[in-house]
Amino acid sequence: MSTSTNTTTSKSTATSTSTTTPTMSAYTDFSTGEPLADTKAPAGPVAERWDRRRFEAKLVNPANRRKHTVIVVGTGLAGGAAGATLAEQGYHVVQFCYSDSPRRAHSIAAQGGINAAKNYRNDGDSIHRLFYDTVKGGDFRARESNVHRLAQISVEIIDQCVAQGVPFAREYGGLLDTRSFGGVQVSRTFYARGQTGQQLLLGAYQALSRQIAAGNVEMHARTEMLDLIVVDGRARGIVARDLVTGAISAYFADAVVLASGGYGNVFYLSTNAMNSNATAVWRAHRRGAYFGNPCFTQIHPTCIPRTGDHQSKLTLMSESLRNDGRIWVPKAKGDTRPPAEIPEDERDYYLERIYPSFGNLVPRDIASRAAKNVCDEGRGVGPGGQGVYLDFADAIRRMGKEKVAEKYGNLFDMYERITAENPYEVPMRIYPAVHYTMGGLWVDYDLQTTVPGLFAIGEANFSDHGANRLGASALMQGLADGYFVLPSTINDYLARNPHATPVDDTHPEAVSVLRETRERVERLLAVDGDRTPDSFHREIGELMWEYCGMARTEAGLRKALARIPEIREEFWRRIKVPGTGAELNQSLEKANRIVDYLELAELMCLDALHRAESCGGHFREESQTPDGEAARQDEAFSYVAAWEFTGTGTAPVLHKEDLVFEYVHPTQRSYA
Amino acid sequence: MKLTLRVWRQQNADAPGAMVTYEVDGVSKDMSFLEMLDTLNEDLILRGEEPVAFDHDCREGICGACSLVINGDAHGPERTTTCQLHMRSFTDGDTIDVEPWRAAAFPVVKDLVVDRSAFDRIIQAGGYITAPTGSAPEAHATAVPKADADHAFEHAECIGCGACVAACPNGSAMLFTSAKVNHLNVLPQGAPERETRVLDMVATMDDEGFGGCTLTGECATACPKGIPLPSIAAMNREWLRAVRKGPRRP
Repeated sequence: MSTSTNTTTSKSTATSTSTTTPTMSAYTDFSTGEPLADTKAPAGPVAERWDRRRFEAKLVNPANRRKHTVIVVGTGLAGGAAGATLAEQGYHVVQFCYSDSPRRAHSIAAQGGINAAKNYRNDGDSIHRLFYDTVKGGDFRARESNVHRLAQISVEIIDQCVAQGVPFAREYGGLLDTRSFGGVQVSRTFYARGQTGQQLLLGAYQALSRQIAAGNVEMHARTEMLDLIVVDGRARGIVARDLVTGAISAYFADAVVLASGGYGNVFYLSTNAMNSNATAVWRAHRRGAYFGNPCFTQIHPTCIPRTGDHQSKLTLMSESLRNDGRIWVPKAKGDTRPPAEIPEDERDYYLERIYPSFGNLVPRDIASRAAKNVCDEGRGVGPGGQGVYLDFADAIRRMGKEKVAEKYGNLFDMYERITAENPYEVPMRIYPAVHYTMGGLWVDYDLQTTVPGLFAIGEANFSDHGANRLGASALMQGLADGYFVLPSTINDYLARNPHATPVDDTHPEAVSVLRETRERVERLLAVDGDRTPDSFHREIGELMWEYCGMARTEAGLRKALARIPEIREEFWRRIKVPGTGAELNQSLEKANRIVDYLELAELMCLDALHRAESCGGHFREESQTPDGEAARQDEAFSYVAAWEFTGTGTAPVLHKEDLVFEYVHPTQRSYA
Repeated sequence: MKLTLRVWRQQNADAPGAMVTYEVDGVSKDMSFLEMLDTLNEDLILRGEEPVAFDHDCREGICGACSLVINGDAHGPERTTTCQLHMRSFTDGDTIDVEPWRAAAFPVVKDLVVDRSAFDRIIQAGGYITAPTGSAPEAHATAVPKADADHAFEHAECIGCGACVAACPNGSAMLFTSAKVNHLNVLPQGAPERETRVLDMVATMDDEGFGGCTLTGECATACPKGIPLPSIAAMNREWLRAVRKGPRRP
């Protein structure tokens, strides 16, 4: 039995929303296909489903494992953990990353912490509460089965990381310290100063290094996946480009795991690393993997505001700062006095005022939108009025400067380095920025996509966060998928498909994918136009931020959908990529990624347009409560939107997976 | 600001390289050093020239990808990574030299990009704790004194950028290697492999062509994460201890 019941809602189609300009009717005139069901999650009590699935999954005999090759794309928390664990189990792993070393994956930049339902604080935490908080935080757009599994595994992750030597913060008694994070009322976040992602990633990287040295992992650094090879309906390999020599080659395996991260860089400015990109997932989507909830993106409330047009990326300040910092703007519009000169009664601590019980710790989507609202009212601070204060004066008075420095010192240093302002004396200025994408490749309970043999883990899949991710949950999900879920579920696939016929370069599918990839690269080099890759990236990014960012409207999304094909057309006419394909060519790498952003952006806008409700990070202005909160429409939209690719610029097919809530009953989220 | 840049250009590992002069105008003090190079590269592309290749990724000072020698200093005049260096550290009219890391063990790949894979091989030699997934005991089973945990963290902060090697007149990787040895060897979880770890990592470090340490101290001065110089002494102690004791090998 599946968790998804194919009830009437999945048949009642919202099919066409195309009533406007003919230029884009082709794309917006999507059809609704067969409903989708997650057939892998077992029935029964939610707390027993993971055990049951692990028991029911077929195993591969240890002696046979070394005969199986698994490709893993990416070496972040999910990919690094999966590569190491699969190799420990005895599989032959072939792994890829675009960086010069697997240690540089962008998981390394996560600051705040990792959640786990250890209840070391005896503050009422439990697996069920973490499950409940995550489903609620995701605004009831995630699967209960997946989220419960995540909460269960969270406790094992901490054990595993401590065993690897991850230097988590500790109390004087030598036991692990925790802190609280946005959207919850318990203290369940384990951390390593402001560098938790770095320490967890190095743990996974070191485990992976051990397996590389043992010969169990064949590591290809500076090698980027450019396409997927599907043979007889199964994922059998990838095409990748050696970024140093430019050689484009095919690699083959019995299964392919994508751990290539999220697609936030479609917005150009985001907190993602400069080279994080969507090519692996988008190319897989083009080869048949459905894309789940592409419009669900997270705008993080505490980032350093931009300083000018030269800005190449945005820097996040850990949300843990909201534990002790107080967010405010002047009560009066256009108040340009320095913050110290604004008296207490002329300040609006708007989060504490609107949400008295959660205060500055409301979930990210709510904090971000509230910042946008006060700035839209003309009460923003700093250059262009695009900022709000995050003030530590009270915390310094209460705890002393030393204690504040111990908790947040490296974040304060980073802030000062970037802005040349001392946050111990002047309040920080912050503004929301794109940070994480909840959407991603659709996967079942086994983390398998709609292409058999193709798995997606970590941020690359859509699975556990619904419409909004809680703080300190990305690290948890990446490691849960990589260390524990995938290494269990992939056995079942490999055991059921034990004797795949060998495929090599001469197979017609491989020949054709290799040819297409080489042609695309040659075409990019041949245009020799008059615009740089960055100029196109910036243009699509600004369009997306304007119309598919923090607040979305039907009119705006339609405008973006009309514009994207024009940018795409212009791209192929005017792009300029110097140099050749047979060398290290960073312009070529960028241009090739932009090709995929220009298609993905269109799907994101279409998904945002079709989902005429607000939920989590997806705020449709047409669907809000009288006091401006997101209004979900469960009757119409309690489903996962999984999109099937049909061609560049042609209408995709929507497949709905109904969401069933047996344990956490959907309510309007309230953090007041 | 208007600046004159002298940048190392080298087509590939085998080609000879040279310093090439470029003028950049309209540089804002708020730009990061890499954003300044971005504007140079945009101009170069439009002029039909190849942009300057350099490694960079997170631009938050944590991934360790960026790696420029600026006016002779690894990561430039401030104690930070190149990506966190801002143009407010320079003045209008300055001439700035930009070069790749220079070390025998870090061959140039192209322009300012070097091959640091030797660092990965040092970690592969023993910079880990053997704890296969699923084998871990409950996290609170072993308490770790806060001082030890903090000591481990201080060394675990290393981002593997290689500035220590680039700054060292001998091209030594002692600070990098000692950071990992100190991180893992101080923890109870790292104790079983304490001797083999230091012996194997040091042996690999030597094999990779890094120079010896003469305690010049440039490494710790250049380190953007402040890995302290005494960690080299601590590693030497660990190494001597392991040599005397003999490694516990299976």
